[in-house]
Amino acid sequence: MSDLDELYQSVILEHDRNPRNFRAIEGDRREAEGYNPLCGDRVKVMVKVENGVVTDASFQGSGCAISKASASLMTEAVRGKPVQEVEQMFEEFRASMTGGRADPSTSPGAGSQGGSLPAKLAVLGGVKRFPMRVKCATLAWHALHKALNEEL
Amino acid sequence: MTERRDVVTSGEGATEGRPDVPTSRLSVRGDFPILERKVRGRRLAYLDSAATAQKPRVVIDALTEFYLQHNANVHRGVHLLGEEATIAFDEARETIRKFINASSAEEIVFTHGTTSGINLLAQGWAAIRLQPGDEVLLTVMEHHSNIVPWQLAAHRVGAQLKVVPVSPEGALDVEEYKKLLSPRTRIVAVSHVSNVLGTVAPVACIAKLAHEVGAIVVVDAAQSVPHMKVDVRELDCDFLVFSGHKLYGPMGVGVLYGKKALLDRLPPWQGGGGMIEKVTFEATTWAEPPSRFEAGTPPVAEAVALAAAVNYLQGIGMDRIRSHEDALLEIATEKVRTIPGLRLIGTAPGKTAVLSFVLDDIHPHDLGTILDASGVAVRAGHHCAQPLMRHFRIPATVRASLGIYSDEEDIDQLMTALLDARKRFLG
Repeated sequence: MSDLDELYQSVILEHDRNPRNFRAIEGDRREAEGYNPLCGDRVKVMVKVENGVVTDASFQGSGCAISKASASLMTEAVRGKPVQEVEQMFEEFRASMTGGRADPSTSPGAGSQGGSLPAKLAVLGGVKRFPMRVKCATLAWHALHKALNEEL
Repeated sequence: MTERRDVVTSGEGATEGRPDVPTSRLSVRGDFPILERKVRGRRLAYLDSAATAQKPRVVIDALTEFYLQHNANVHRGVHLLGEEATIAFDEARETIRKFINASSAEEIVFTHGTTSGINLLAQGWAAIRLQPGDEVLLTVMEHHSNIVPWQLAAHRVGAQLKVVPVSPEGALDVEEYKKLLSPRTRIVAVSHVSNVLGTVAPVACIAKLAHEVGAIVVVDAAQSVPHMKVDVRELDCDFLVFSGHKLYGPMGVGVLYGKKALLDRLPPWQGGGGMIEKVTFEATTWAEPPSRFEAGTPPVAEAVALAAAVNYLQGIGMDRIRSHEDALLEIATEKVRTIPGLRLIGTAPGKTAVLSFVLDDIHPHDLGTILDASGVAVRAGHHCAQPLMRHFRIPATVRASLGIYSDEEDIDQLMTALLDARKRFLG
């Protein structure tokens, strides 16, 4: 599989076409916007947190296939997870994209040692070979992190 | 394409016409060492010249030669190297003067690029001329570098920005421009050529009308000087700025042209060495232009290499460059239009060699990455022209921009890659 085939594998393209949780969350919610002025990608991430657990996550906005697919996968991955664990996922995902220790394509599974990234996120592993696109993949995660840490 | 064009085989100049080759054009790719490079295992199809142009060997050699043989500061040392550097720098100024047909070399200021030239004018001219309620006229197709400096200046004094729109094809709306001009208009700042649309603004007409209401005209020529003959006296603009690096010269050097009488009235922008006449701790008197606007050590090697680029271009001929790029643009436009779902942004008559487009709903960044994998270098994004993107209600475009080294093989490579992207995304 070429780098390009890996980057744009079918799961990514499918999430781009049919993004999950691409909607607003009504009522009590936290939200934050991620914006990449370089390319104009804009994503608004919304989360519902109840008793320290993310019970719902969604996003809206416009962007490239990578940023949309990443946001879509993220909203699926964090639902039902304690905020603390989600924050750890953010750190690990970011590290995996920027060449840090965790790599979603080699350390999948919440149960695997030291990693809390779900196996499903491994499809984004190809992004790190495209340094110019890493920000696309991490945009929604940064917005989520901001939403979780905003003062209520 | 039935029109006959000359074949030029190198940057040295013209050879014979060849009537049997209908699309005969320039063939100077070999003058550009970087184009021999393989990119991701593929032949490099460099279609991003509007962002920065590649450099011919003569420019790289001029830069190297300066640092190997003549490096010294200018206007300071009395030693031989200082003398050589100063002479080369002065000659570079004269080369630029001739290139844009300015009246005197004193009208040529070396800056660090288009952006620094516009900031110099926005701060300097605004300081002496802008009053609360005055108006600065821009167009919707301006690059951020010809918007933000004026915005900063206008906000400081309470002046207003007014914006001339473009037609759906991307042509400047001259009727609307006439309506927007008023006795309060002090400055008209306009791109000669849009970096996104390729639209050529009718600068001579714009300047004539502006002068009738007493406004001065600032021309951002960053995207025009590489592609056509630019004559500041014909345009009758008051100021004109451009960058060296888009003109096949080095990064870090640019040019500001200003009419002598206006430059004389302009206060300095930055203070430092080289721009003074007499300094005491109480007061300083300014040097005459152009030195007044060249505080600190100027980009001497870059200016000398820029002059080498200009000499190279003039060896080919700006008219020949324009016709080469126009012919290739026509071919490229015809070809990309055959791709289903592709929409060109900017189709004004007489536009220069820039193709901005969107392809179905594939995001330009995804397209950019897929093209890159085929060795095709394009720009994807808002091109530092967010107001223009909003005007056309699109977040971004892909932009393929041509240069003197561009050829049909580049276009074919682009086509193949676009069709691949389409297949990948739309099946």
